[in-house]
Amino acid sequence: MIKLNEELRLVDDFENVERIPTRDGYGKGLVELGAERNDVFVLTGDLADSTRTAWFKEKFPERFIDMGVAEQNMINVAVGLALSGKVPFVATYGVFVPGRAWDQIRISVCYNKANVKFAGAHTGISVGPDGATHQALEDVASVRALPNLTILSPTDFWESKKATIAAAKMKGPVYIRFGREKVPVITTEETPFEIGKAVVYREGKDVTLIATGQMVYQAIIAANNLMERGIDAGIINVHTIKPLDRETIVEAARRTGAVVTAEEHQVYGGLGGAIAELLSKENPVPMRFVAVNDRFGESGVADELLEAFGLTHKEIEAAAEELVKLKK
Amino acid sequence: MTTEEVKKLEILAYEIRKDVIVALKNAKSGHTGGSLGLADIFTALYFKVLHHKPEDPDWAGRDRFLLSNGHVCPVWYAALARAGYFDVEEFRTTLRKLGTRFQGHPSRLDTPGVESSSGSLGQGLSIGVGMAYAARFDNAPYRVYVGMSDAEFQEGSVWEALMAGGNWKLDNLTAYIDRNKIQIDGSTEGDVMPLEPLKEKLRAFKWNVIEADGHDIKEIVTAFREAGAHRGGPTMIIFNTVIGKGVSFMEGKAEWHGKPPNEEEAEKALKELDEHIEEMKEGGD
Repeated sequence: MIKLNEELRLVDDFENVERIPTRDGYGKGLVELGAERNDVFVLTGDLADSTRTAWFKEKFPERFIDMGVAEQNMINVAVGLALSGKVPFVATYGVFVPGRAWDQIRISVCYNKANVKFAGAHTGISVGPDGATHQALEDVASVRALPNLTILSPTDFWESKKATIAAAKMKGPVYIRFGREKVPVITTEETPFEIGKAVVYREGKDVTLIATGQMVYQAIIAANNLMERGIDAGIINVHTIKPLDRETIVEAARRTGAVVTAEEHQVYGGLGGAIAELLSKENPVPMRFVAVNDRFGESGVADELLEAFGLTHKEIEAAAEELVKLKK
Repeated sequence: MTTEEVKKLEILAYEIRKDVIVALKNAKSGHTGGSLGLADIFTALYFKVLHHKPEDPDWAGRDRFLLSNGHVCPVWYAALARAGYFDVEEFRTTLRKLGTRFQGHPSRLDTPGVESSSGSLGQGLSIGVGMAYAARFDNAPYRVYVGMSDAEFQEGSVWEALMAGGNWKLDNLTAYIDRNKIQIDGSTEGDVMPLEPLKEKLRAFKWNVIEADGHDIKEIVTAFREAGAHRGGPTMIIFNTVIGKGVSFMEGKAEWHGKPPNEEEAEKALKELDEHIEEMKEGGD
């Protein structure tokens, strides 16, 4: 297996990883926050169990609010709490928040700079059998254009927990994106996490793989396979999609001269788009985008869907090989 | 309230109308009708009802006022200015102009006294519900007030907020409806999407409902006081108002929802408002 940056204290064995849903990290993070500080409130829209906010509810029922199936009201009640000095965390499925409450997020959260932290659970194609209506594939695109917003897309359990806690510590609106399925745990409790700081797992010479969410694991597998075929690929985990860590990304593009992005999101307006916007100005290099190609999802089992929609290490490898050929 | 005090506020409401006319004439765009129609309510709020400190807009104990239908902010800015939050001349000359503190729709980060930015209808009540929830959680002594238009009750999110506010029995929350029955495309009842029977609907959502004349200072203050004294649930005051109130050629006209007076119209309006102020002053008791 390829070597990754040891300072990051990632797991040792990438072939036998533990699998935990990122939403569990959110739930644990909220419980920890609830014990630490009494200004943290948690709101959900009839989805306490599946957003793991039920764990907070159990411990701190007086600071838990079930808003019912009313997401627009939920966001603005959170705004009212935030403008009264509380730190509200809102959780439902990504298709509903930001989906249904976008106007509330635009004006009352972002224009107001209200200290609201909203989470979209069940994002990505891996939501599975529920199908297209419940697979949030446009959530990042829909909020990335909003000023004053920080967007987090953690890769695994630990990173989700740290992202949740870090979101409470920073002032201002934050969107955190989670998935439903169990995904590989590649970081450890000791792995450093800082909002806005992209994490370079490996520098690489020929191409840089820039991934977010559970696609970071696929990028690691891809880099390992590419190395066996003589391609030295760098890996960067971009857990903060906004604001982008410009310096780290530009540096990597300069060093390797080619970039593949990977995300469980539409190809338009997500991580790939953000990186293309940055690099086209700062350091243009050939790019490829591993993402959902402008289509809605469908029912199926998570792993089947990831294969069917081209969201695996295989597509990352193919894209990297294509770019390396192009460079020659 | 003494008759002297009422009269003073009635005159002030007409001064505020004049500020609105001048500011909108200078801005060359903006919402005249609703702003004029709310002058009496805003005067009552800022000079009789709300606990606030203009010299300390962030005073922790202040009552919170949210304007959900942000487009009528000229009357809000005028009332805030007259209360001492900022210079009235700055508002009258820079409203809606590049670099101003007085945006076309309220902006929390720009204007002292503005608790929350607004402009997209149907959002203020939810924020008020959240604020009232927080205030009750903290046992805070202040009240939360939300100003709303009637047409924004066509937004579904308003009913979500009503449901939550009623369910949580937030008796530290008072909202009012500017019931002028006029919206951009005509009458709310005859032309667009009727709200009636409004009182019954609100009561069904567990709100205490008070109806009052939105142009009678004494009635306005009494309504807010009754709302404040009510226990066991939030109160919605339906203020019957006339769009464009105080300027005869604007009164009751939907066309004045979203346009400013030109020079000539402003002059005519100011003359009429001045005459009215003189009459009130001479009127005595």
